[in-house]
Amino acid sequence: MKVNLYLFFRALTGLSLIGLVYLGLTFHWIKLLYRPPNVLDSQGNFLPMAPWSAPIVREGSFDPKLIDEIYKKKNITIATTVFALGKYTQFLKDFLESAEQNYFVGFRVHYYVFTDLPEKIPAVKLGEDHHLTVLKVASSNRWQEISLRRMERMEELIESRLLNEADYVFSLDVDSKFYGRWGVESLGSLVGAIHPWYYKTHKEWFPYERRPESQAYISYSEGDYYYGGAVIGGLVKNVYQLAKTCREQLDIDAANSIEAAWQEESHLNKYFLYNKPSKLLSPEYLWDDRKPKTPEIKIIRFSQVYKNYHEIRPNP
Amino acid sequence: MTMRLRHIFHFFLLGMFVGLSLSGLIYWVITSIWFGNHLTGNLGRTDVASVTPWLAPIVWEGTFDSTVIDSIYKQQNITVATTVFALGKYTRFLRDFLESAEEHYFVGFRVHYYLFTDQPDEVPNVKLGQERYLTVKKLPSMNRWQDISMSRMEILEKLIKNELASEADYIFCLDVDTKFIGRWSVESLGRLVGVIHPWFFNAPRFIFTYERRPESQAYIPAGEGDYYFTGAAFGGSLKDVHHLTKTCQEQMNIDIANSIEAIWHEESHLNKYFLYNKPSKLLSPEYLWRDISMSSGYVKIIRFSHVAKNNAEVRPNL
Repeated sequence: MKVNLYLFFRALTGLSLIGLVYLGLTFHWIKLLYRPPNVLDSQGNFLPMAPWSAPIVREGSFDPKLIDEIYKKKNITIATTVFALGKYTQFLKDFLESAEQNYFVGFRVHYYVFTDLPEKIPAVKLGEDHHLTVLKVASSNRWQEISLRRMERMEELIESRLLNEADYVFSLDVDSKFYGRWGVESLGSLVGAIHPWYYKTHKEWFPYERRPESQAYISYSEGDYYYGGAVIGGLVKNVYQLAKTCREQLDIDAANSIEAAWQEESHLNKYFLYNKPSKLLSPEYLWDDRKPKTPEIKIIRFSQVYKNYHEIRPNP
Repeated sequence: MTMRLRHIFHFFLLGMFVGLSLSGLIYWVITSIWFGNHLTGNLGRTDVASVTPWLAPIVWEGTFDSTVIDSIYKQQNITVATTVFALGKYTRFLRDFLESAEEHYFVGFRVHYYLFTDQPDEVPNVKLGQERYLTVKKLPSMNRWQDISMSRMEILEKLIKNELASEADYIFCLDVDTKFIGRWSVESLGRLVGVIHPWFFNAPRFIFTYERRPESQAYIPAGEGDYYFTGAAFGGSLKDVHHLTKTCQEQMNIDIANSIEAIWHEESHLNKYFLYNKPSKLLSPEYLWRDISMSSGYVKIIRFSHVAKNNAEVRPNL
């Protein structure tokens, strides 16, 4: 009799423990104990704003018709820089054709394509009030070098032309394609895009540059988000400031023989830490074809395409 | 034997009870907005909209981090001009307004109050903090409170054009029959800032008291309109507020020439302006509440509120 009762109580305790653990794992509230990353709320959706009141742009947070109306009245020009050196020219056709379908449709857009092979630029039919200028630059043997020089080239372009010619400027990676609307909701004073691979990690795991010797150094206790280097935007004068500062920091690093972990993306993240963007684009605006779509991403607008790095990079 | 069993049984029951209460407590702590947000470091209100359809932030407690925002603006060395009109008996509100502002309004930043009055001697002597200035400007008296209210637009336009251009970065225009009881600081800054009217933030659009007569320049047809903004507080960059005051003043003059006065005076014209020139930032009714003593579920902190007044007593006319 007593053995049975003993057994009974132990079984009961065991079952309740299992029950509590099950409850703990399935109820979302327990996940809160694990501190969700800063950009998602407890339900797993993107927060509407960053802590400094910068809106995070995603499907459902804005009314496209309303916002189009507001900007149509302003007669704006959006400059867009892309770098297509060496084998990267192969991405231009898809980039430009998909842009014509999705990117600032109905507004004045001026693409500035930097390339070392002008003859490789495809002839893509552009819509009304869309223009394209090809800018020839020197080739490079290292893909890291090409990436790093972008800041310098943007700085020069803005100084020489864009200050008078455009209101907003976006710098976009060319090895990508537009799959959905990218419109005036993305415009702002200073715009950064949240990197698609790091929006669910905590800042200690962000691939910031962690060596204090680099100008791009960010300590483990700092950081808001991890921004993708593939998308930078804003008012021309603000992007100029960004490009200038990053270029200066890159030059200091070069003089000290140190190259940041993710090249100019590391420097970009350092800049955005101290000069917070006025608007953030959710990873809808910077996706990666290799990543399966997740529930918090309602629509993929711009995404980096599959590529074989060996094939296209000048160096490993 | 039975004693031992009972002990085990009781111990078990006690354990279950404690375990369940603890879980319940932890659950409540984590999900209640106050604790939850501070523990998890998460911001975000799910009970109110914190961004408009044109992506302008709506500032509510819990949508911004004051430390981050303060540090951003501290680097910028800004000056905030603040206008207030105290004519006739309204001078009695000045002491509370200024003293409470010194405690809560842009504390730690440079503020320049511009006080318009027809009785400069009635302006109380309020001790201002460091980097806080006050300029008194004399105006002629007026017989109608509606006229006083509406003339503000013209006076503000002149002030911005003639004086403020090199002196301030931002300007706020506030009613004087009010008091600050909570933080109002740099989270409120933006290019063009409107404050949602405390009596209409929860109401459907057809209730908004827009001017509905097509003869008035302030006319807003049914089916249009985003929010109902209060005329008691608005602000932004000098350039944008100048455009606002200039436009409203022009519209009001056209109305006067046509012998029509909008239903809520310059507030009606302000709402018309904000319909076609969408604010870049909206302040929730925390920034202009109905009464210091009332509260509503959504308004978790009252920052600035009308104070009770006897209209018949303070107004020059009814």
